[in-house]
Amino acid sequence: MNTPMTPSPARSDQRLDAPITGRGWSVRDSGRGSHPDTSQPIARTAGGGSRGPDDVDNTVTRTGLVKATSTRMDQSSHSGKVGESPLRPDGTLKVTGEFAYSSDMWLADMLWGATLRSPHPYACIRSVDLTEAVKLPGVYAVLTHEDVPGENLYGLEHADQPVLAVDVVRYQGEAVAIVAADHPETARRAVEKIVVDYEVLEPLVDPEVAAFGDMADDVPRLHPDGNKGGGPEGQGGGKNIVRHLPIRKGNPEATADVVVHGEYEVGMQDQAFLGPESGLAVPAEDGGVDLYIATQWLHVDQKQLCRVLGMPAAKVRLTLAGVGGAFGAREDLSMQAHACLLALHTGKPVKMSYSREESFFGHVHRHPAKMRYEHGANRDGKLVYVKAQIILDGGAYASSTPAVVANAATLGVGPYKVNNVAIDGYGVYTNNPPCGAMRGFGAVQAAFGYESQMDKLADALGMDPVELRIRNAMAEGISMPTGQVVDSAAPVAELLRRVAAMPLPPEPQQDSYDLRQLPGGVSNTTHGEGVRRGVGIAIGIKNVCFSEGFDDYSTAKVRLEVIGGESVAMVHTAAAEVGQGLVTVQAQIARTELGVERVTIHPIDTQIGSGGSTSASRQTYVTGGAVKAACEKVRGRVLKLAAERLGRPAAALRLDGDKVVSDADGVMAALVDVLHEDVVEETVKWRHRPTHPLDPETGQGNAHVQYAFAAHRAVVDVDVDLGLIRVVQLDCAQDVGKAMNPDAVVGQIHGGSAQGLGLAVMEEIQVTDGKVRNPSFTDYLIPTILDMPPMTVDVLELADPHAPYGLRGVGEPPTISSTPAIVAAIRAATGKDLTRVPVQPHHII
Amino acid sequence: MEFLRPATWAEALAAKAEHPDALPIAGGTDVMVELNFDVKRPPFLLDLTRVTELADWAPDGGMLRVGAGVTYSRLISELGDQLPGLAMASRTVGSPQIRNRGTVGGNLGSASPAGDAHPPLLADSEAGAVVEAHSVRGTRFIPISEFYVGVKRSALEPDELIAAYWLRPAAGPQQFSKIGTRNAMVISVTAFAIALHPASRRVGTGFGSAAPTPRRATEAEQFLSDELTASGRWESRAELDPAAVAQFGELVAAAASPIDDVRGTASYRRHALSVMAKRTLVWSWSDFRNARPAPNSRRTA
Ligand SMILES: Cc1cc2nc3c(=O)[nH]c(=O)nc-3n(C[C@H](O)[C@H](O)[C@H](O)COP(=O)(O)OP(=O)(O)OC[C@H]3O[C@@H](n4cnc5c(N)ncnc54)[C@H](O)[C@@H]3O)c2cc1C
Repeated sequence: MNTPMTPSPARSDQRLDAPITGRGWSVRDSGRGSHPDTSQPIARTAGGGSRGPDDVDNTVTRTGLVKATSTRMDQSSHSGKVGESPLRPDGTLKVTGEFAYSSDMWLADMLWGATLRSPHPYACIRSVDLTEAVKLPGVYAVLTHEDVPGENLYGLEHADQPVLAVDVVRYQGEAVAIVAADHPETARRAVEKIVVDYEVLEPLVDPEVAAFGDMADDVPRLHPDGNKGGGPEGQGGGKNIVRHLPIRKGNPEATADVVVHGEYEVGMQDQAFLGPESGLAVPAEDGGVDLYIATQWLHVDQKQLCRVLGMPAAKVRLTLAGVGGAFGAREDLSMQAHACLLALHTGKPVKMSYSREESFFGHVHRHPAKMRYEHGANRDGKLVYVKAQIILDGGAYASSTPAVVANAATLGVGPYKVNNVAIDGYGVYTNNPPCGAMRGFGAVQAAFGYESQMDKLADALGMDPVELRIRNAMAEGISMPTGQVVDSAAPVAELLRRVAAMPLPPEPQQDSYDLRQLPGGVSNTTHGEGVRRGVGIAIGIKNVCFSEGFDDYSTAKVRLEVIGGESVAMVHTAAAEVGQGLVTVQAQIARTELGVERVTIHPIDTQIGSGGSTSASRQTYVTGGAVKAACEKVRGRVLKLAAERLGRPAAALRLDGDKVVSDADGVMAALVDVLHEDVVEETVKWRHRPTHPLDPETGQGNAHVQYAFAAHRAVVDVDVDLGLIRVVQLDCAQDVGKAMNPDAVVGQIHGGSAQGLGLAVMEEIQVTDGKVRNPSFTDYLIPTILDMPPMTVDVLELADPHAPYGLRGVGEPPTISSTPAIVAAIRAATGKDLTRVPVQPHHII
Repeated sequence: MEFLRPATWAEALAAKAEHPDALPIAGGTDVMVELNFDVKRPPFLLDLTRVTELADWAPDGGMLRVGAGVTYSRLISELGDQLPGLAMASRTVGSPQIRNRGTVGGNLGSASPAGDAHPPLLADSEAGAVVEAHSVRGTRFIPISEFYVGVKRSALEPDELIAAYWLRPAAGPQQFSKIGTRNAMVISVTAFAIALHPASRRVGTGFGSAAPTPRRATEAEQFLSDELTASGRWESRAELDPAAVAQFGELVAAAASPIDDVRGTASYRRHALSVMAKRTLVWSWSDFRNARPAPNSRRTA
């Protein structure tokens, strides 16, 4: 039998009989987990305390639309519908350690793959000698680029990255050869026996030199086959530019009363997801391959794999395996092509599973940024112009760099109304680790720049920073720097007012101390000496869904039938569940639209059309939209059936509680009796409204689908003598359009805020001369529960009339404003400029 | 890799004598990381967790003899009163899971300059703690200041195992302070321990992560001990002279020879050491001033 098995949760050395292909998410019981107190508002602190009834009824009225800012749960309906918080179907398994992640997959006769990576950031390969590796007993295959049957290139937007290096390596960790052996240790030893003769070259590591350096000199051109970014060749000087996007609006000569300049830097952040890269490739009898894989977008993997393997899509079938987390790092291929190549070559299933250290080299990171900003404002605080240059280091290969540049440039002034804008965003090639997608990409870097500038400007004007922001806050109807007119809610001023009005934590006590409440914690570095408190506020903006004319869609199949005497809905999509809770939301939508209680989520695979990427805060919007549309079609057909059988017009009927109901006469029939043997199934390919490319000279165009906003207020205590920081409180207000699953929304806000905290005060991949110095969790620090303070979270629901249920993407905005808010608070406490994140102790003292 | 599981100490010593290249494993919180990272591939692992006497501690002739296998969690709960400096350091080690398995014996075995147990062991009593090493050849008592011989190298012979370490129960205030760039679960950027020994009118110190080995700041100790004695403060318990506090901080910083690395810069480490030295001195002295003499501290008026 050639179906992968997951190990038994109880005894991991034993095989279970359930193949992973049968592991659908049955969410029948999920309703039991819905919040017991259904009248509770979703505004609550991390500690679980409600913010009280005062916050429930903030109703905001806009042109003809009335929305409540906090959800009142529908008490009459069945559990687990849209707007409620049913438990995740996989939640208990994950918490108890029983969930099968991709690295837990196992087949009786499988081989283990391992990868030989370049130790050099930049080198020519003179020769590769496989002799000793091949000789090792237990080794089944040792492959190089010569063994790639199709095209030896992949890449998300531009295929510029070799599957296996040919004659040059461009970053430390680049894959050169792969091995399959009957034991992981044997595979690793074989890798060590491969001899590569490198001619080591001087790496290009300075992104400014890469962008603007003189090519006539000794600056190498890392991709001599050309400028891949679509921008005019050589624009801006250098030839290592992946993309240059200028944004020009208004008067370039505008002058202002008060001008502030600033230069800012963002370090390289890692996604630090759970569950390093892993997957299992199984060769199939038809000559194709089945790949079980933890990824973010099955179909973009499939497309790239088809090219590499030289096979049609029908022969390269992917199924999502258990994903620990992603945050963008699983958008690019990692071991997918390698495992497939080895499996097809050996005719045996091949599993590859990176260690955490290898994972640091096996995926892209957040682009480090260098930003120069100039803000001009009138004495009253009104912004006159913003000029900026944003340089994003994309590392050795393009990955998502063009999109990152677009976000940074188009959102580069932040959520403010500015009439005169000149921004130049650059993404460059260097010999640093490749950078690509990470939560909030482009927007995160820019926000640190523009929010630092807003504080600097407030200071120069002698104005309160919140007041300055409110005076310049964008709102619905304004024109963005791209000329796009914002056509749904943009409650920027409201979000700022809300975070500013939240209760502050008590002042630190003078006469007694609790170490856990102080910077340094139980490490006992202060009993109050040197501790200063600071408060900072920031707000950010993010585009939701794919932009710039991309054909962004998702496909959903929904089936309604009677199984075992019950009406059951099945939802099938290819949209990756990476921990964000899409499987829960899909079931909620099906329950809401079809009035059934039992919903099964089909395993996520390529047997159905693309679900698009699980990124850009887009899945609830796009795949949610597709599921909703498919449900509506199914419902239409079922109500037509019911109308025929009951002799009532379909328009007078609806589905609720597994019944067909008429408003006039109540319950008309059980759904099972209407369906009988009928299976009602519909597949829908659903698109959000189209976007358009940006003008390459001026950056003008309706490029984005939707804008999302979050504001944070941070309260920090800083030990100014030691430079140690404790974030005391981190509060957030965010507009989500519609809280589809309020608990999941708040969870996203907590998690996103924590990731922003990490970038503010500790998270950085340190790279020197192109080499990573801290590729492990020993020295790449992420916040622990003792670093993450309590949060008050205030969720607004201002419906976007263009989006399903009025929802607005939730996942990314909280990551964006949390970092600048914390840094602003540290500045307030220390009086230091702090122009670089993460802030290190030695920046403060 | 072979896994040796001696049931008794004698068997363990015999195994180590037979296989000097066997790697002992106690809590495994260093060893397993090294194996996972492929830093070490020993031919033998020598599991010490079945040797029950390693996990015992007992008072012995005015001293405490603590078995190498006593975990950090137990040090905190069972010996927090008698060894407050070591208990404070233990509290900063890793996470609850690591403290439940990790041992000071293992910290000594690794002899990392960043090990948190070392500074309080160095600060203990006049000459610091004593490590009791056994082999089939016999027993050696190694003064702690002679134990650390280089980066991650100790004075243990290949056939020796650590049986226990000896400390004096605190007869005066002790403090431990550690810098990390997050508020828990962090390897020290640098750490400092101080112990006041009013009976002998001495001050003990130890610091970590700021030299190739854990070290005492001997000049700082000497300066402060002399200063306190000369000014009669051991008897008067008067407030410290701010100039002396500052001088102490500078001498501690001067004793360090730190480097720049991923965790911090050399100049930050020096600076942080001086701040921690000054603060912990002030806290200890204030404890001393406010406390009645500890029961076993001799007061010579
Ligand atoms: C997540 C994590 C966090 C950590 N945080 C900290 C921290 O904050 N501070 C800190 O100091 N350390 C920290 N450590 C490191 C480790 O926990 C400590 O060094 C601990 O004291 C090791 O003890 P152990 O019993 O686990 O030793 P083991 O790993 O079993 O052994 C460590 C070394 O000592 C040797 N050894 C053990 N027992 C003996 C013996 N009786 N005789 C001779 N040699 C022996 C072993 O051969 C090995 O070389 C951390 C480790 C992890 C994994």
